Amino acid sequence: MWSSRSHGQRIAALTVIGTAIVLPLVVFVLGPNMPPGKGTPVASSQVTDNTVLLVVMTPFTVFILAYLAYALVVFRAPKGEGLVDGAPVRGHFKAQVAWLATTTAAVLFLAIFGTTELLADNGAGGGGGPNPVAKPSGAVFPVQVIAQQWEFTYRYPTYGGVETATLVLPAGREIAFHVTSLDAIHSFWAYQLGVKADANPGVDNVAYVRTKSPSTFQIRCAELCGLWHGYMSDTGRVVSSSDFATWIAARRRQFAPVMNYLPKYAPSYAPDPTFRAG
Amino acid sequence: MRSKLAILVVAVLAVAVLIGFYIGFLTGGPTPYRPVPASSGRSVDLTLQTVAAVGSKLSPNEDWVSYLVREQGVWRRSTVWTLPANTLVHVTVYNFDGKSGLRNPFLAQARGVVGGTFAIDGKSTSAIDPDDASHTFAIPSMGVIVPIEGVADDAPQQCDDAPCPMATAHETITFTFRTGKKGHYRWQCFVPCAAGFVYGFGGPMQTVGYMDGYVNVV
Repeated sequence: MWSSRSHGQRIAALTVIGTAIVLPLVVFVLGPNMPPGKGTPVASSQVTDNTVLLVVMTPFTVFILAYLAYALVVFRAPKGEGLVDGAPVRGHFKAQVAWLATTTAAVLFLAIFGTTELLADNGAGGGGGPNPVAKPSGAVFPVQVIAQQWEFTYRYPTYGGVETATLVLPAGREIAFHVTSLDAIHSFWAYQLGVKADANPGVDNVAYVRTKSPSTFQIRCAELCGLWHGYMSDTGRVVSSSDFATWIAARRRQFAPVMNYLPKYAPSYAPDPTFRAG
Repeated sequence: MRSKLAILVVAVLAVAVLIGFYIGFLTGGPTPYRPVPASSGRSVDLTLQTVAAVGSKLSPNEDWVSYLVREQGVWRRSTVWTLPANTLVHVTVYNFDGKSGLRNPFLAQARGVVGGTFAIDGKSTSAIDPDDASHTFAIPSMGVIVPIEGVADDAPQQCDDAPCPMATAHETITFTFRTGKKGHYRWQCFVPCAAGFVYGFGGPMQTVGYMDGYVNVV
């Protein structure tokens, strides 16, 4: 029965069988362990997105690998046979239609799915610029992220604009990160929160995320920004509301000496480049 | 055939050696400075100098701003320092450079130092006017930062040839911090003090050996 089938039918059969084996592994084993974890609803949604992308690409990947393996085995020239030209390539209407239809369907599905997902999570953790299209409906807790070569600092406008060198967030709140830069282009990447927003000088890039329970998360700069880009990292914390109140009160006391020198809170800053800048 | 093979082998070896030299040149840094521990063994002294132009005696980039370290009474241009873990480090910075100003005023307050304060010419404080900052001493992953106040523009006897003698105008900044666990930490200046470079952050601000370096805690 196998020998009576055409090459195309055999490869199609291998693809179907391979997909049937790999797909459950992708959905039930690989999918739940996809990055960036489930630290926030946005992060969980990104795990789902990554799993959906894997599911869509699985049959295509299996097809390509099946084709490759089949060609290596079946189309291998016997030992001792001289090098001869292959058969001329001609159009195959059914194959062309099948390829166009499946790839078109996949691309259209991903476009619609991607757009829906971007809007569903208030920007999906990416910055939406100063006026994001998707916004959360309730109250938000604003935190300004200030990037500079080579450290992130943070301002809390609802607490007198106090600035800190560490990022601490209250649990169970809708956070609005206002990401900006004082010099070069950086990118604020709070990995476990599922937030990655560009930090551009003179721009207020707003990214939303809802924190869950107390946890820690890694912060990195995700835009090559100079000599110490690789060291531009930190660990942030999500803490209970009471712990946050204690922490922010302590920071206001600690940084009282420098508060008078800070500029008034603004969406972005344009500091005098320096007395020496070239 | 054999001669061609021999030529190929020799050529490959020559290229490999050249690549080795190139990588060695790129990765090789200055010899780390290791301060001598105090007799108690619980603290070390680190004495530094900051100069507006490092001069031709210490660098081919004679116009670059730089930190210098004093080793056995001699000023060297090395920004890689080896310090013992969990030890107090008494730092003295003699700053001979003028005021550049901080881009982020928040960095004008000291953090991570013993007592939360530092001294300028013996006078204790926790912060300075950000516009008066000449440089910073900062090890971000240790949470240490200290602003370095600049010399007034009209101060007499300004230094024009590094290493600067103590008779020339300078500010003396002293503070103490404690090293933590063993590790490889970077330190940097946060003041955009690189004259002549875009936004003051090129050249010496992006080159280990001038306004950046490593602290090897061992």
